[in-house]
Amino acid sequence: MKKIVLFVFFFWSIGIVIKLFSGFDSNRMIFDEILIGPNYTSWLGRDDYGRNIFYRLIDGFLNSFEIIFIVTAISSFFGVLIGVISGYFGGKLDQLIRYITTLFMAFPGILLAIAFAAILSPGKFNLILALSIGGWVSYARLARAQTALVKNLDFVKASELMGSSHINIIIKHILPSIRTPLIVEATYAIAGLIIAEASLSFIGLGLQAPMASWGGMMRDSVRFLLVSPHYALFVGLSIMSLVYCINFFGDYLNHKMEH
Amino acid sequence: MKSSLPIIFFSFFLQILGIFIVTFLILHLLPGDPIQVMLGESASLADQVKIRAELGLDQPIYKQMANSFFQIIHGDFGNSILTGVPIKEQIVIAMKNTYILALAALFIAIIFGLSGGIIAAKYKDSLLDKMIVSSSLFFISIPHFFLGPLLMLCLSIWFGWLPISGMESSFSIVLPALTLSLGMLAIIIKMTRNCMIEIINSDAVRTARAKGLSEWSITINHIFRLVLIPLITIIGMQFGSLLSGAIITETLFSWDGLGMLLVNSIQSRDYPITQTCIFIIAISYVLVNLLTEIFYKIVDPRMRDT
Repeated sequence: MKKIVLFVFFFWSIGIVIKLFSGFDSNRMIFDEILIGPNYTSWLGRDDYGRNIFYRLIDGFLNSFEIIFIVTAISSFFGVLIGVISGYFGGKLDQLIRYITTLFMAFPGILLAIAFAAILSPGKFNLILALSIGGWVSYARLARAQTALVKNLDFVKASELMGSSHINIIIKHILPSIRTPLIVEATYAIAGLIIAEASLSFIGLGLQAPMASWGGMMRDSVRFLLVSPHYALFVGLSIMSLVYCINFFGDYLNHKMEH
Repeated sequence: MKSSLPIIFFSFFLQILGIFIVTFLILHLLPGDPIQVMLGESASLADQVKIRAELGLDQPIYKQMANSFFQIIHGDFGNSILTGVPIKEQIVIAMKNTYILALAALFIAIIFGLSGGIIAAKYKDSLLDKMIVSSSLFFISIPHFFLGPLLMLCLSIWFGWLPISGMESSFSIVLPALTLSLGMLAIIIKMTRNCMIEIINSDAVRTARAKGLSEWSITINHIFRLVLIPLITIIGMQFGSLLSGAIITETLFSWDGLGMLLVNSIQSRDYPITQTCIFIIAISYVLVNLLTEIFYKIVDPRMRDT
């Protein structure tokens, strides 16, 4: 299993290196070679516009990760902030935040993202917004639960007795001690975001053509399933293997941090 | 968590109210004029005024919210902007189709998940067990929009056993239901297997064996009852991913359910339908969670009030 995971990470690193050094254009079309299978010049074949599938997958990878990186940064920042405040101070504010998070949890999966992406016009910025709106909840819940546990420990109490301010306690003591589970959570969240972003693109709410996105490629490839199954197969395998590897990495981190 | 029925119901209604407010506000708090977005920049002023009045958007927001709330209580979701037909008719058909699909997927997942998990646990560490475990790992990480085409490719195109998409023949449900169920099936297999292995070595089962009960009776009366509780938890938790997975699956297989209605309404900018679909999907999910909690109390004596 570990070998497969390493292979997948290696594969995409190679892809990025190729992108950096050759500076290929994934939008270059060769109309004579529409939907042809894998060959020497295009390793994974070409799509319905005669574009190199391998190059488009690399560009799609980079586009997706740019979005996922920003979404993770935004949602973990706000999620942790809200969660820590809620867990640390407790009281009425905590109850309100708990109600809001439960409310957000009532919209299963990508429903909330779909709702916002549908009303906002499609585009990179709005995609990031739509994914972040539902993304902070899991961080907030975890941060809240962890903070509530940690804040009653002796070292926090001691710091409080020594007259540290709340902000000081949160930054110096609470955040470092709740960091570990949050990092594991972030790993799983990234795997979920890959699928969420691809799903949104799949139903036409993500990045718009001609920008390469894995979900968009998946949608296009399904239309040509009869003629060229290799297209759907390669795109699907890319998404699946990456999600699997990130989940595997999350399990590994989780396991390692427990001991 | 142990809480009494009135509290469960109270929080359920609080949640429904919250869902209503969120879905209501989605359309109203966003930048820009919803009417202009719906009709396009070139729409005539008369049309804009007409639609605005029809949707009640010319009234203050609290009044709109109250009106819309009472309408929904009476089962009136307003009319489609595009066709003028009451949304309720479309929604009822779509709900029926989605629930049929979800139930079929649930059925497949439970039947095969439980039996797969039980077999894997009974023959632990055998080749069969390893095969079941590794294939379930495969299905957990495969997203719906890839599993669907994969199944289409194998079962309809190469073998020609099943129709690719649509709802014409009675076999049409097989592919979307399979697509929707396999992820959940894998999770149920994993859970049942781990749970069974734990329970088989427990005192309760050892006692039952010592009493000389038949293997069959032990499996059904002792092991199965203990597996049922985590199973319900999993179903309640996974039902949400079933519903959100249905959005993709229905679009993929042209299955006329809530998910496809949602996607189509987004593409045609028919926002009242979009709102209603999101509302109904969220309510269904919350309702299933409510049922799960009530079910706990029936199945597990430890959860009952004393």
